[in-house]
Amino acid sequence: MTRHGYSGIPRWVLAIAAAAALFVLLPLAAMVARVNWPQFIPLLTSEASLTALGLSLRTAAASTVLCVLLGVPLALVLARGDFPGQRLLRSFVLLPLVLPPVVGGIALLYTFGRQGLLGRSLEVAGIQIAFSTTAVVLAQTFVALPFLVVSLEGALRSAGSRYEAVAATLGARPTTVLRRVTVPLVLPGLASGAVLSFARSLGEFGATLTFAGSLQGVTRTLPLEIYLQRETDADAAVALSLLLVAVAVIVVGLSYRGPAAAGRRAGSSAGSGQVRG
Amino acid sequence: MTFTLDAAVAARGFDVSLSLAEGETVAVLGPNGAGKSTLLSIVAGLLRPDAGRAQVDGRILFELGPGLNAWTAPHRRGSALLAQEPLLFPHLTALENVAFGPRSAGAARAQARQTARHWLAEVDAADLAGRRPAELSGGQAQRVAVARALAADPELLLLDEPMAALDVHAAPLLRRLLKRVLAGRRAIIVTHDVLDAYMLADRVIVLEQGRITEDGPTRDVLQRPRSRFAAGLAGLNLVAGTVTGTGLRTAAGQEFAGRHEEPPVPGQSGVAAFPPSAVSVFLSEAHGSPRNSFPVTVTDLEPHGDQIRVRAGELSADVTPAASADLGLAPGVGVYFVVKAAAVSIYPA
Repeated sequence: MTRHGYSGIPRWVLAIAAAAALFVLLPLAAMVARVNWPQFIPLLTSEASLTALGLSLRTAAASTVLCVLLGVPLALVLARGDFPGQRLLRSFVLLPLVLPPVVGGIALLYTFGRQGLLGRSLEVAGIQIAFSTTAVVLAQTFVALPFLVVSLEGALRSAGSRYEAVAATLGARPTTVLRRVTVPLVLPGLASGAVLSFARSLGEFGATLTFAGSLQGVTRTLPLEIYLQRETDADAAVALSLLLVAVAVIVVGLSYRGPAAAGRRAGSSAGSGQVRG
Repeated sequence: MTFTLDAAVAARGFDVSLSLAEGETVAVLGPNGAGKSTLLSIVAGLLRPDAGRAQVDGRILFELGPGLNAWTAPHRRGSALLAQEPLLFPHLTALENVAFGPRSAGAARAQARQTARHWLAEVDAADLAGRRPAELSGGQAQRVAVARALAADPELLLLDEPMAALDVHAAPLLRRLLKRVLAGRRAIIVTHDVLDAYMLADRVIVLEQGRITEDGPTRDVLQRPRSRFAAGLAGLNLVAGTVTGTGLRTAAGQEFAGRHEEPPVPGQSGVAAFPPSAVSVFLSEAHGSPRNSFPVTVTDLEPHGDQIRVRAGELSADVTPAASADLGLAPGVGVYFVVKAAAVSIYPA
């Protein structure tokens, strides 16, 4: 209200907005209020907790790398390609966003499980995926990939292909254009997509439990550990939850600063492009 | 050694056939939507025509049609594109932008930078080497873009209204620069500005509705336009009709007395061209020495320098503001346009 200028927001909208913000913040505050502070550090540093945290960070990092490796080409094809069934492909790629993770886990099980579509052949080759750390990474990648693809595809579309066309006429091969023009231009979008994928991987529960199980040190990531502890040691569950909240806040902070800063940069160059161009 | 192009894009009603000699610069003029940008996109390889053939110095750029499917990718064509906007890569410095072409051609980093420095100096932008595009003014950025296009050593330079987005101070500077660097270079420049055609091009092509309606040396096209568009650019009134012994007869039966630029061949189709400054405006029909006098209805009045340009449909006349007031000119008023026969040139079209 201290800012000048017309905002045009009705008062009742402000009231509902405040209620909405409370709805998100209040449960977090309630959880913080339940934290057993004297025991906080010991609870966090118990062997089971540290094992789960380490596994979570490693698998989420691996999933993020996998998301980037698979998602960048996919986003490029979706944003720049022109082929029949493109819209259908996009819909299917985004499906994990709205699919219950448990369903994703079951789908993965029937693909990579022992009796699964690919699992049987893999089994013959001596590779078992289900209920291994690899399964955790696959489950996380499955649910997190759409975040990277959506974020990057948006960045690619708003960057447009005019710089790429100019680069091509200057003699750059498509791979050179991708490496020296496309990727640097959408780097902020790629970074925020990667951060969001990491966050989604870190919080993954349903698909992991279904497809990878809950084996300490192998597949029991932090969310699974929290769920397990909740029944035996509520204090430990709350302490670990707070840890995940902290990680989430950091991640969201990073990714929100990312696009905003990127937007400023892109905006300034686009703006100057309009003024000058 | 030449560049030749035949291309058709059915969806855009585009059908153009064009050739450029070694070192020839051609200006492409035409109204909006005539297909000027389509032409450049086809040459650059950014748009695939339905059918046609293009080659540069014996190298096939594309050959498309029934049973033909040869296509050279944009990066192998040697046709650098300079657009209306500089489109400098925002994450690279001016020097790295200019070095982009040589680097893509496989030059070592140091070699590419040396080439880039040379071309930056060529466009008087050596002192801008370390700047990012966001730190350049519009004119500076477009100069760097020119250097970037030239550094790619194109066999054919494509310029798409390079001055259109510049302010009135930056445009003349860039025009002089382009005149210098385009000399002896094979280039196609799309422009709205007749001045660009005069200063930069050896030859002018007028493109209207996807077809070439005029093609000839710049001076000829602008002095003796055959299309209404080129006449508009040259600031001339243009009337089409049939050549007679003494002048020209329009389809409506109007007789124009004039000066034949070539020995007349009565019955041939031709045009009569005369500048608006040669047209006087009267309220009643005037007679006397060989004159053309014809009734028109004023459609528009607009300032033109220190004169008033009186438009009557496709024709226009320039009068002084005082005369305009005396005559009580306003849209809808019926007047006579009078032009001396000596001011009308008639030539076959």
